[in-house]
Amino acid sequence: MLFDQYDPLKGEMFTVLDKDGKVVNKDYEPSIDDETLVHMYKTMQLARIADIKALQYQRQGRMLTFAPVQGQEASQVGPMAATEQKDWLVPAFREAAAMLYKGATLYQNYLYWYGNELGSQYDEGVNIMPVNVPIGSQINHAAGVAHAAKIKGTDEVAITYIGDGGTSNGEFHEGVNWGGVYDLPMVTIIQNNQYAISTPRSQATRAKTLAQKAHAYGIPGIQVDGNDALAMYAATSEAVKRARNGEGPTLIEAVTYRMGPHTTSDDPTIYRSEEEVNEWREKDPLTRFYKYLANRKLWNKEKDDALQEELKKFVADTFKQVENAPHPTLDEVFDYTYETLPEDLKRQKEAIRAYQEQQESGGDE
Amino acid sequence: MATMTLLKAINNALDQQLNNDKSVVLYGEDAGFEGGVFRVTAGLQKTHGKDRVFDTPISEAGIIGTAIGMASNGMRPVTEIQFSGFMFPGFNQMAVHMARMRNRSRGKYNLPIVVRMPYGGGVRALEHHSESLETLFAHIPGLKLVIPSTPYDAKGLMTAAIKDNDPVIYFEPKKIYRAFKQEVPEEEYEVEIGKARTVQEGSDITVVSWGAMLHETMKAIKELGDDISVELIDLRTIAPMDSDAVVESVKKTGRLLVVHEAVKTLGIGSELISRVNEGAFFHLEAQPTRLTSPDITVPLPKGERHHIVDAPRIKQEIEKVAYFE
Repeated sequence: MLFDQYDPLKGEMFTVLDKDGKVVNKDYEPSIDDETLVHMYKTMQLARIADIKALQYQRQGRMLTFAPVQGQEASQVGPMAATEQKDWLVPAFREAAAMLYKGATLYQNYLYWYGNELGSQYDEGVNIMPVNVPIGSQINHAAGVAHAAKIKGTDEVAITYIGDGGTSNGEFHEGVNWGGVYDLPMVTIIQNNQYAISTPRSQATRAKTLAQKAHAYGIPGIQVDGNDALAMYAATSEAVKRARNGEGPTLIEAVTYRMGPHTTSDDPTIYRSEEEVNEWREKDPLTRFYKYLANRKLWNKEKDDALQEELKKFVADTFKQVENAPHPTLDEVFDYTYETLPEDLKRQKEAIRAYQEQQESGGDE
Repeated sequence: MATMTLLKAINNALDQQLNNDKSVVLYGEDAGFEGGVFRVTAGLQKTHGKDRVFDTPISEAGIIGTAIGMASNGMRPVTEIQFSGFMFPGFNQMAVHMARMRNRSRGKYNLPIVVRMPYGGGVRALEHHSESLETLFAHIPGLKLVIPSTPYDAKGLMTAAIKDNDPVIYFEPKKIYRAFKQEVPEEEYEVEIGKARTVQEGSDITVVSWGAMLHETMKAIKELGDDISVELIDLRTIAPMDSDAVVESVKKTGRLLVVHEAVKTLGIGSELISRVNEGAFFHLEAQPTRLTSPDITVPLPKGERHHIVDAPRIKQEIEKVAYFE
């Protein structure tokens, strides 16, 4: 079994593709149909282009603060491609690529970061939990989703994400431990992107790897090249299979790099060198996957140019739609506090409505 | 009808809902096999199985956090925090997620979760076992908080809490878990969340209390005899607060005393007095008043008498407000 072959304590990291997109680990090259491979690549490109464009919009003052995903597309699209529609994605807040693959629309993703809760109202049958801002707290949600699946006897699996910094938070421990105690269908993916805002991975824990933390919970843990979409697919696929078979949770550490800032409010040049960023640029997950697809004659420059054009237009059109979307109404911001609004809350709402109407009519009589 | 203690009435409601609705699950530290440290859930694991009634690791964030995940995936979890003083590691989950998920997801995910926790003092307990922390929950939009003071309400409020599609914090007044029995219907019924109960009608003064303190207040009123006609209101839902009931009563009596076990500053008394000022100002014949525990840490048992509000003091305070001219 894959998880027996790579011991994080010995510094063994699971990889399938080298940086030129060549398969260096034939035994574990997953068999993925051509259509899915191309869809994976397209989603990674969509996430990348949406990210770059959003950064431009943000600099122009058209977009609010957001958390860019650039550099981590493989550690998100690889795992999602290994799930089924019924499985759950329980994200942290830097999982735009995973969310797109799992069925959130770009419109929804943009709308959320544009400052509208409606962006988290995913379509019926899309099992994504909303963006989770408080670090680490989503792991327990995933354990609960998985626990419900186990009690109901469905074979849904919950896949959750956390960062390297998040593993220092107590809730990471409580959530992963919970999954182990009840043998839950749960896969926890740590995206070790090397920094918690400015704090390097070495300051998060004395442990040599994050994957080895799995041992303390009695579950398998593996360190995976997070910029290798195929390795991430293969590892998650194995973990999902175990989960569905009732064999319990798995911990995957995706070793990757956040190419952009923590959020648009952050300046990463303060805490990391250009050389370091350039080193990681060499391992770009999209380039590697492109080369793999090209080697398999599934993709080429002509197709890629066309895709880029198409996506740029789609992204620009979508953002325009978001800019033109109506802002939340007074009713919307009140009415989801409870299923039925308590009397006093109704009065608070109507007092604001009366004030707003008075302002809008320009009179103060 | 059967006669039940408050504790038994909670157990009865839980048993009934576990029986009627397969999506109900119940869990907490020691809540499964042994039935909780107070035995509130005794026998339920045996009846409903280990999958639906179970013990958890000592993991308050886990208990509340997993309830959020479970409820998002179709369950109706009833969770137990062993003592309200230990809720803080789980408070993060309640405040930042449980209260907000309906709003955050614009209704895609709603969270029918009940968080049970024994609260309150006067039981000679260790540190952290005697607090009354209702204010902390009442201050958070999206949460509901109920506190029964009778076996009848305990069952009806628990049934309503489990059926509610929003998260409900359910405070259990541990001091009166077994203090007395009352006739409780064996069939299912609900006590509406958000509605206060007029315990007795009166014309001279409105007194508001809840939980175990309601019974101290009743003792005080009994001591008063016929000298003062007290309208006594059991608030029983702290959030959303039925201040309309209190305001209407004060319009009639012109006087208000709020009695609570929680400390003074920003206690529920502050809010009730504000609302009475807003709603019944021109009816007031005395300054609305509160009688509360002082703003100090709950003392260990040998010093607890300095902290607790008792019946003679409540009687004095009622007289003060009622006779004020």
